[in-house]
Amino acid sequence: MAENADLVRQLRASNRKRRLVSLGLVAPLFLFLLFSFGFPIGTMLWRAVADEEVGRAFPQTVVALASWRGTEAPDEATFRTFVRELKEARANETLAPAARRLNYDVSGLRELLFRTARRSLAADLPSVKDALLKAEPAWGEIAYWGAIRNAAGPVSMFYMLAAIDMHIEPTGSISAKPEEASIFIGIFGRTFAMALIVTLLCVAIGFPVAYLLASLPKRLASALLLLVLVPFWTSLLVRTAAWVVLLQNNGIVNHVLVDLGIVSEPVPLIYNRFGVFVAMTHILLPYFILPLYSVMQGISPNYMKAAASLGATPLRSFVKVYLPQSAAGITAGCLLVFTVALGFYITPALVGGAADQMVSYYIAFYTNTSANWGLACALSVWLLVATFALYAVYSRLVGGSKGPLP
Amino acid sequence: MTVAVASGASARDLTVVSWGGAVQKAQSVAAFEPFAASSKVPLKETSWEGGIGIIRAKVQGGNADWDVVEVESDELALGCEENLYEKLDWSKIGGKDIYFPEAVHDCGVGALLYSFVLAYDPQKLSTPPKSWTDFYDLQKYPGKRGLRSGPKLTLETALMADGVAPKDVYKVLGTEEGVNRAFKKLDTIKSSIIWWQTGQKPVELLASGEVAMTGVFNGRITAAKKAGKAFAMSWNQSMFTWDSWVILKGSPNKDAAYKLLAFMADASRQAHQMTMLANGTSTKQSIAMTPKDIAADLPSAPDNSAHAFEVSATFWLDNFDKLSDRFTKWVAQ
Repeated sequence: MAENADLVRQLRASNRKRRLVSLGLVAPLFLFLLFSFGFPIGTMLWRAVADEEVGRAFPQTVVALASWRGTEAPDEATFRTFVRELKEARANETLAPAARRLNYDVSGLRELLFRTARRSLAADLPSVKDALLKAEPAWGEIAYWGAIRNAAGPVSMFYMLAAIDMHIEPTGSISAKPEEASIFIGIFGRTFAMALIVTLLCVAIGFPVAYLLASLPKRLASALLLLVLVPFWTSLLVRTAAWVVLLQNNGIVNHVLVDLGIVSEPVPLIYNRFGVFVAMTHILLPYFILPLYSVMQGISPNYMKAAASLGATPLRSFVKVYLPQSAAGITAGCLLVFTVALGFYITPALVGGAADQMVSYYIAFYTNTSANWGLACALSVWLLVATFALYAVYSRLVGGSKGPLP
Repeated sequence: MTVAVASGASARDLTVVSWGGAVQKAQSVAAFEPFAASSKVPLKETSWEGGIGIIRAKVQGGNADWDVVEVESDELALGCEENLYEKLDWSKIGGKDIYFPEAVHDCGVGALLYSFVLAYDPQKLSTPPKSWTDFYDLQKYPGKRGLRSGPKLTLETALMADGVAPKDVYKVLGTEEGVNRAFKKLDTIKSSIIWWQTGQKPVELLASGEVAMTGVFNGRITAAKKAGKAFAMSWNQSMFTWDSWVILKGSPNKDAAYKLLAFMADASRQAHQMTMLANGTSTKQSIAMTPKDIAADLPSAPDNSAHAFEVSATFWLDNFDKLSDRFTKWVAQ
């Protein structure tokens, strides 16, 4: 009995040791993932809800506005605090970031803030409110004060809401933006629709290719596989640029079409949705073919022979026997193509028109050009959320029935 | 230790950032290369496509690997307000008086005066287009048009095509009705527009015959003409603006950066640059040295500037976000 307990203890100790060793071996990878993946994504999540600039520039004004009802201009005390803090913010350089943030909410507020700051009203006036309203009547607008109040921070849903075309009213209620200002829902819809179409095109083109590869003798198949792999290894930028050369008005494709008399004038093949589909499908095709090919290789031809010997037509045996066995490859390929397509940026930017850009383009635009990092991060978060949600739906559909096909 | 830190800080080469293509080539031949050769300062060139976000990320991120950058007027104003650039010490670059007043800013010194013009290939169009009204006339001039992707420099053309006088463009664009009016005019040619982003692209579009005419920066067209292309420009209703050189805040190569700015302020070098790139430069003296055959192609030539107006940096600073969202929406409809 005692011997047994001793043995158990020893076993436990050795197990613990083994676990520690394996943990130690995994630790570098874990830390690497944490720093290269977890940390940036955490920062991104934080940026999507961080809203600190205005609270930093106007710490007491936002406190004074917290109890404001948002139906008429604030009271004298709030005006007085605001004018004092405006002067301070200008001096300690917190005004510019705050003004930038407020201008995202209400256009023109940036200029109004700087103009008012330059005016430098005297603080000992009998009524700062009257004086300011006389000098800058715009400060009677509720929208401006609402924007300042709603940006009190340190966190807010401003960017997350803006990224799905929603807006916080001066009164504090949340509403949809007016039709001409709502843009992102449409962009998300476009992004998912384009990714879906590219995925379907990849299935339509990739399936026969993978089937051919899997049914050919080994040596021939490896030679043909190179035709799939070489483009796969070629830089995305190079392949996209090649499509620009091929598809432009004076490109090879149009020349051939005109010379053959199929069309009388060059047809627009590029800088539109068509060009994006062609280039994206070409680029993503290997992502579909390779997983499918590897699955198809494992399907024994004997099953098809057995089905035929039992009297099934080729079509019937293909649908009933072959397709279900290759379903895992199809779904893996689809998922891979779809998720990669969702994040596409360079290809639509180069071969698409202004109306063919996907969410990534706007994330890059808000990061680099207009420098609205909060919105860029919020768009990324929504894209991530939508992708995970779709993945969850997908895995429930597929996981439940061992494949999408009966 | 101090020595190590000091040498570590200056270990990076002086990095100058311009807009690539014909613009940077001219600057490189006229200034960057001779400066590196004569001053023995190791100089690295790179190019960008604009955007205050990159600069803010570099400066505030604390790893600014750029020193001297050519920025657009709204980036100059915004970055200066946000403290992203060094306030210039004018005594190190010849004093304010040697420059045109428009080229002098707290944070930047004029780099180029250039215009957004209408350009076309005369071999393809029998009657030369004379205004943005012609640009928007699909009956008279069939074919695609190139415009810069985004609201800036686009909405202006639409309003002028719709009959708004250049001097009133920003007044009208400042109103809701004015914006609606601009987009309504843009609607009329929407399906025929090819949007470009980088400055060299419209030249390529014109050369490949992809577009019948395009809005483009004048210097690129003159450079293309020199390279043998038979392009032409209409200066009527052109929009001019200044690019400026700034030194990024906290640059470890500040001294070398000032030396480069002083080097570029030399009037003969600016005149040399103008022979390659027909854009105005910053010093008063350079005008007298401008070669005759180039003078007529400059935005500042009397014939060219007579019907031109300045792009408003302040207007775009306040309205870019709103109009850019509206533009994005409109483009996708």
